[in-house]
Amino acid sequence: MCLAIPGKILDAYDLHGFRMGKVQFGGIVREACLQYVPEAGIGDYVVVHVGFAMSKVNEEEAARTYQFLEEMDQLTELNAPEADP
Amino acid sequence: MRYVDEYRNERLARKIVEEIRRIQTRPWVLMEVCGGQTHSIVKHGIDYLLPPGIELVHGPGCPVCVTSLEMIDKAHAIARRPDVIFCSFGDMLRVPGSEADLFTLKSRGADIRVIYAPVDCLKIARANPDKKVVFFAIGFETTAPPNALAVWRAKQEAVKNFSILVSHVLVPPAVAAILQSPQNRVQGFLGPGHVCAIMGYREYEAISARYRVPIVVTGFEPLDILEGVLIAVRQLESGRAEVENQYVRAVSRDGNRPAQQLVAEVFEVCDRKWRGVGSIPKSGYKLRYEFREHDAERLFEVEQIDTREPAVCISGQILKGIRKPHECAAFGTRCTPQRPLGATMVSAEGACAAYYTYGRHLRKQEHFLQFDGSLRNA
Repeated sequence: MCLAIPGKILDAYDLHGFRMGKVQFGGIVREACLQYVPEAGIGDYVVVHVGFAMSKVNEEEAARTYQFLEEMDQLTELNAPEADP
Repeated sequence: MRYVDEYRNERLARKIVEEIRRIQTRPWVLMEVCGGQTHSIVKHGIDYLLPPGIELVHGPGCPVCVTSLEMIDKAHAIARRPDVIFCSFGDMLRVPGSEADLFTLKSRGADIRVIYAPVDCLKIARANPDKKVVFFAIGFETTAPPNALAVWRAKQEAVKNFSILVSHVLVPPAVAAILQSPQNRVQGFLGPGHVCAIMGYREYEAISARYRVPIVVTGFEPLDILEGVLIAVRQLESGRAEVENQYVRAVSRDGNRPAQQLVAEVFEVCDRKWRGVGSIPKSGYKLRYEFREHDAERLFEVEQIDTREPAVCISGQILKGIRKPHECAAFGTRCTPQRPLGATMVSAEGACAAYYTYGRHLRKQEHFLQFDGSLRNA
């Protein structure tokens, strides 16, 4: 039920006083309500649940944590207990 | 898809599993709260990847599963009326009530429609001014803003023939109820990422401190869940109990303030009965008095409902993490997604349905076949 999918905003416009937009999810484009993510603009990614954009994807944080995962290999080696002399 | 595919990287998943194995010194029991996480765990076999000492138990975070039988029977009574167009999210249609499910009612002629976005109901209401359009508003905090928006707009735009039947549930009181149970085995939680995208995670800090339990706000892709487990195990191994946020790309500590304001304007907190669990104080939303013209429970007086729950179904214990789906006598035999006895077998996020869909009911049989020798690769 709480399924929400990240999609890219292709277009944003006003519809009956509400900020709406076209959002692309892979090969699918759907209309979503952007009223509650005023900080998100065209080209940004938003997390959408039942036609409602809940949050803007924080690209810097996403990149930072992914980088952390990528580096875990080296971290694992660094954290290994030192061999007894 | 960006922000999806890269979080399914097998090489990185194995690295995280290795790291969990390296730091773990004793067994730990973690609960993933959200049904979407349960589905992802079973689908990707994450519980099989983890070291044997890490047990994941499945939480109550499936709104379709916890909607009370009384509320479902009420929905059915409203949906049966000839003057009603009843709208619902798709996964509610096969949930068994005492007598039937919404699909059966539809086959008998009731006008029942599956919608994607709750605001779409307003279009249906405008196109059918002689009918009463009722939306079955279920969900956790994630779904509360889109549901609230539909009602808010109906009031604003004077769509008088639109109402909602509210059965909203809230996560923090359920987590607290699990921790208070004398049967509780859970030592750490993977918190519900999308609920926190709306609400933030301040509420969880009080729970974490009070019960001394780690709560890691976690996403839904395999790498998210594995990293959530790693963070929780790291806390448990070092004796810490804090709220940490794994799902930083979508969740901030304060959540989405404008969406919270919308919800607070339309809904107020109430006691709520959870199917298979019982009543939990202050664990739901109901419509505020100002929106009473759009409250289906008030508009359609439903007579005393006599509910009948199948005796064999153990969904209540599954929702509380006490038992697993395959421990049920009816699992995969008398109870399947095609003919479900309980709601946990219906929704894709229900633990029973996830176990069934990904063949967990075949495991016992597989072992049997392997002992036989001839069908080792079956």
